[in-house]
Amino acid sequence: MSASLNIIGELAYWQQTGIRVGAGLAAVLLIAGTLVYLHLFKLVSFMQSRLGPMEAGPFGSLQLLAEVGKFLQKEDIFPRKADRFVFAAAPFVVLMSTFLLVVVVPGGPDAWFIDTELGIYLAMAVSSISVIGILMAGWGSASKYSMLGGLRATGQLIAYELPLILAVIGVVIQAGTMNMQGIVFAQAEGSIFGWDGIGNPYILTQGVAFLIFMIAMQAELTQAPFDMPIAESELVSGYMTEYSGMRFLLFFIGEFATAGVFSAVAAVLFLGGWYIPGIDPNDNIMNVLGPLVMLVKIVGLTFVVFWARFTFPRFREDQLQKLAWKVLIPLALANIVVTGILKVAF
Amino acid sequence: MTSISDREKLSYIAAQAADARVNVELETEGMTLNIGPQHPATHGTLRIIAKLDGEQVVAVDPVMGYMHRGYEKLAEVRTYPQVTTLINRIDWVGSFANEVPFILAAERLMEVEAPPRAQWIRTILFEMSRIANITLFLGDMGLQVGAVTPAFFAFRDREHVLNLIEAVTGGRFHPNFDRIGGIKDDLPAGWITETRRVMKKMRQYCDEIEALVEGNEIFQARTRGIGVIPADIGLSYGLSGANIRGSGVDWDVRRDNPCGMVHNETDWKVWTHPDGDSFARFWVRLQETRESTRIIDQLLDNLPSGPIMAKVPRIIKVPAGEAYVETENPLGVMGYYVISKGDLVPYRVKIRSASFNNISITPWLLKGVYVPDIITILASLYFILGDIDR
Repeated sequence: MSASLNIIGELAYWQQTGIRVGAGLAAVLLIAGTLVYLHLFKLVSFMQSRLGPMEAGPFGSLQLLAEVGKFLQKEDIFPRKADRFVFAAAPFVVLMSTFLLVVVVPGGPDAWFIDTELGIYLAMAVSSISVIGILMAGWGSASKYSMLGGLRATGQLIAYELPLILAVIGVVIQAGTMNMQGIVFAQAEGSIFGWDGIGNPYILTQGVAFLIFMIAMQAELTQAPFDMPIAESELVSGYMTEYSGMRFLLFFIGEFATAGVFSAVAAVLFLGGWYIPGIDPNDNIMNVLGPLVMLVKIVGLTFVVFWARFTFPRFREDQLQKLAWKVLIPLALANIVVTGILKVAF
Repeated sequence: MTSISDREKLSYIAAQAADARVNVELETEGMTLNIGPQHPATHGTLRIIAKLDGEQVVAVDPVMGYMHRGYEKLAEVRTYPQVTTLINRIDWVGSFANEVPFILAAERLMEVEAPPRAQWIRTILFEMSRIANITLFLGDMGLQVGAVTPAFFAFRDREHVLNLIEAVTGGRFHPNFDRIGGIKDDLPAGWITETRRVMKKMRQYCDEIEALVEGNEIFQARTRGIGVIPADIGLSYGLSGANIRGSGVDWDVRRDNPCGMVHNETDWKVWTHPDGDSFARFWVRLQETRESTRIIDQLLDNLPSGPIMAKVPRIIKVPAGEAYVETENPLGVMGYYVISKGDLVPYRVKIRSASFNNISITPWLLKGVYVPDIITILASLYFILGDIDR
């Protein structure tokens, strides 16, 4: 990608692959852990006038390990009529989509997992795999609540995939590339009416697309107000109802890691990704600072996600389908048309 | 069938056949969803057997009785002062209000009347238990439609009222404080100033809920037009309290049939809403909580001095006779029909609790709604399981 001093590039292929796989695991699990602690444990507790975990470690920071230990000890229960293979495989399919999604997210000029011309296209494609996992979980549990939850989730995820993809198209038109690194560089090297002090983060020009992306992302993550599939007050926990122990933990990690990874994609597309204004994007220091910048942006975006999640009541599923098909998709299409016209005009 | 011409006959048969074909094409296997007895939405052990067609409810059958504790029968072997301990547990989030109608019925049989100060304090505690009860509803309604945070706010602010009740009675949940002929103790020192402060805080809580829940577009979309109860249907099912006032019926026992309490000494208003949907019931309860804080403030302003107990014998024997007294409890109209044979114990007690009647409308009300609306409607009817099963 760049001509700068490239430590990773001098290693053998299998060594590079090992480093990238390890970094991918770390990226998913660390982000999930950070989000669970920062947002689910602490932020939400303060919003709800309580303290959250305080006993395990300083300010309860080791609570996460305690929770993981608890889940690992639990019995792995299969419902009697469950479709055992499907039931057992579902959490892995859901988590797989998260891991596949993270590979396209760049963290610096050389800190990337794969660098493909189809970056964002691949991301949108693999993010749909989780639908299959959720439907498998709903079907395999042999529970009516799970079945209803799985079906609701499928309808919702398919409906909100369209606005998600259509919102991305505006960015792709403006950047002129589907490569995630290319999108970052396009923003870093862009300018706002000739002023290039902070580059051109696409949230400024693609504000509508950003809003649509965030709303559709909230729905893809099945967070409130779009959490009808797991609506705890009616479907108990939707497609996750029958899961316990390790498999539930996988769903749980998947939920938070996906929130982090989707936020990372949103950060790359709309907030400029890893670049820092004033530092040459090809400088080697960006391989260190870039991931930190991404982490800050991820935490910021997921803050909005969880803020909305714990504030709003949930839509009924007919209402949320209406929102997707009648509001978001036409808006996203209009955004594409306007972006295209402006791109040709300027 | 001579009156129908062949042409009409044929068109009728054709229509029937067309209908049948459509039905065959759309025929789907129904599903019976068993909601409860262990389910997060029923906050207790109510069981609802819902027959579903997809996400739509075809028929609903509420099954009650999982928590039946036989209070009516148990009351027959308890002396009159002992009965209040039992009936405290009927509606466990607004306990004091349960005691009042029973005590009033016993007072009516004994022909004693509590002195004014006792009546004033009784009314204040009665309204406080209403606030303690409905605050919980205001948060819980948000929880049931998916907003988690209001429930925490509800528990936070309800604590202030519970502390006040505890300061007077010694019990947060089960005061057991009302006595035949008065109340057990006078108010503790400093309680009145503290109460004024808390009432102001509760009004702020109502404002907060108004901004956070009631004004939310999603909440309105989920509740407006959902579970509409016309006034006549509601009355025929015996609905009471905010459920019937939400349908526009201006009926409040506190105002219309005051007995042993002094609500009418204050300047207050009965709130009604014409819509009859879930939102109307929520709105009425929100206004009622505010009104209760105002009632308490006014009662504190003109709290009379004097004794807190009338002259009653140490061992209470209630003269033979029958009495029915009902009051406007937090959940609706609650009444006790007490028959005495002149003994230490009541011969028979019939408890008319509000939630039992309120929940009996569900088979009519839930027909044809979506599954998520079951929860919204049940939440807006607001029942406490102890109040259904007794």
